[in-house]
Amino acid sequence: MNYLEHFGKYCMMLGQVFKAPQRPRVFRDALFKDIEELGLKSLGIIMFISFFIGGVIALQTALNLEDPLIPDSLIGFAAKRSIILEFAPTFCSIILAGKVGSYITSSIGTMRVTEQIDALEVMGINSLNHLVLPKIIATVFFYPFLICLGMILGIFGGWLAGVLSGLFTGTDYIIGIQSDFQPFLLVYAMIKTLVFAFLISTVPSYHGYYVKGGSLAVGKASTQAVVWTTVLIVISNYFLTQMLLT
Amino acid sequence: MIAVKDLHKGFGDVKVLKGISTTFHPGETSLIIGQSGSGKTVFLKSLIGLHVPESGTISFDGRINTDFTMEAKRAWRQEIGMVFQGSALFDSQTVEENVMFPLKMFTNNSQKEMLDRVNFVLDRVNLSNANKKFPAELSGGMQKRVAIARAIVMNPKYLFCDEPNSGLDPQTAIVIDNLIQEITAEYKITTVINTHDMNSVMEIGKKIVFLKNGVKAWEGTKNEIFKTDNEAIVEFVYSSNLFKKVRQAYLNETK
Repeated sequence: MNYLEHFGKYCMMLGQVFKAPQRPRVFRDALFKDIEELGLKSLGIIMFISFFIGGVIALQTALNLEDPLIPDSLIGFAAKRSIILEFAPTFCSIILAGKVGSYITSSIGTMRVTEQIDALEVMGINSLNHLVLPKIIATVFFYPFLICLGMILGIFGGWLAGVLSGLFTGTDYIIGIQSDFQPFLLVYAMIKTLVFAFLISTVPSYHGYYVKGGSLAVGKASTQAVVWTTVLIVISNYFLTQMLLT
Repeated sequence: MIAVKDLHKGFGDVKVLKGISTTFHPGETSLIIGQSGSGKTVFLKSLIGLHVPESGTISFDGRINTDFTMEAKRAWRQEIGMVFQGSALFDSQTVEENVMFPLKMFTNNSQKEMLDRVNFVLDRVNLSNANKKFPAELSGGMQKRVAIARAIVMNPKYLFCDEPNSGLDPQTAIVIDNLIQEITAEYKITTVINTHDMNSVMEIGKKIVFLKNGVKAWEGTKNEIFKTDNEAIVEFVYSSNLFKKVRQAYLNETK
């Protein structure tokens, strides 16, 4: 099957997904469950990675700016820009593509190979709408909060790294953080987050839903889903940056 | 009654079903038997609407399923209960949630009404103490019983079972067979079972349809299966020496 066929099938899948839920109360239960599985259970990894990567960004910036003519506040400024523009929305999304993407593909793929999806279809349930729509809504609404948390913890990690290492003072770092604040950069980061969240929920769902075979096929589909989600995140990141910042 | 007329189904160049015609009646357990690759599963999936036939018709009490509007199809699906080969229970839900799922999706019953109905059907399949267990915590036989409970919770008119005894020990298989037969007779359900299990054929085969290479090679009752001269079915059913001896003994007795 070529890429165009996959794309067509993916679009047709979305056509089935975006229909009104058959039972609002069942949909609501599925949504809360997915918010927990895809969002709340990702809090720990995002907090952990954001904090330490923020620290590393600040330390590396400080180590590369040893010229006495360059003010130390530039470290805070550069760390803030790196974290808000790239690290939090893109890097965290790639991590989520690995963690959440493989979960989505394996859970839906297992339902496919164990005939649970057939059972839904026999009951007269739109299985794509029932399984995928809650995941899309859960990720698209929850990930902006997750990424904001990643930004805050990344910046805090940078401050703490500077204070503990003595490479720069906390005051200089905070001056850098506060200087030249452009709200549009946050909007840009949020737009990217929404697009990436959509990809993280739909691409692995596609790979899981159309898997054929047994458990080995589900494993392969999970790997493919993570690879394709990452590739699409990187490509869309480039085009979104081109469109929104140039 | 389910009436199948000249059903054809293929995948690409491979023709799986080649003009099958038969009928299945309410209150009867009808069995579809045949070798692996004979088209049993495709036939069953065509009956439940998971495969669209290339030609031919399947009518459910006079209603042809391919002519249904979306609304009619949805209503028809609620008249169907299906027990899958691997039970197909939702892993993330407890037994109670699995059985309650169709009620939540298709009825406006209160939680108490739904729970009462769930407890009733679980009791009917002799599984009253497993409400809060997850499918992974159940034995194969218990999973099959939960699948049957889920299939009958909406009071279906038509019940389809794909290899309900696969992976079960002979005693549990008989329990499942008897349960399906009792439920079929009690609620006047039109039941169609896809099976390899010769014990099922001899125990509950009110009507047996034998498929070979996508064609209906034989049709009859479990009693007729002993007397038939049809080589294809004799070769299939009496493939083991034990069954050959049983058949010979039966024929000698009834001479």
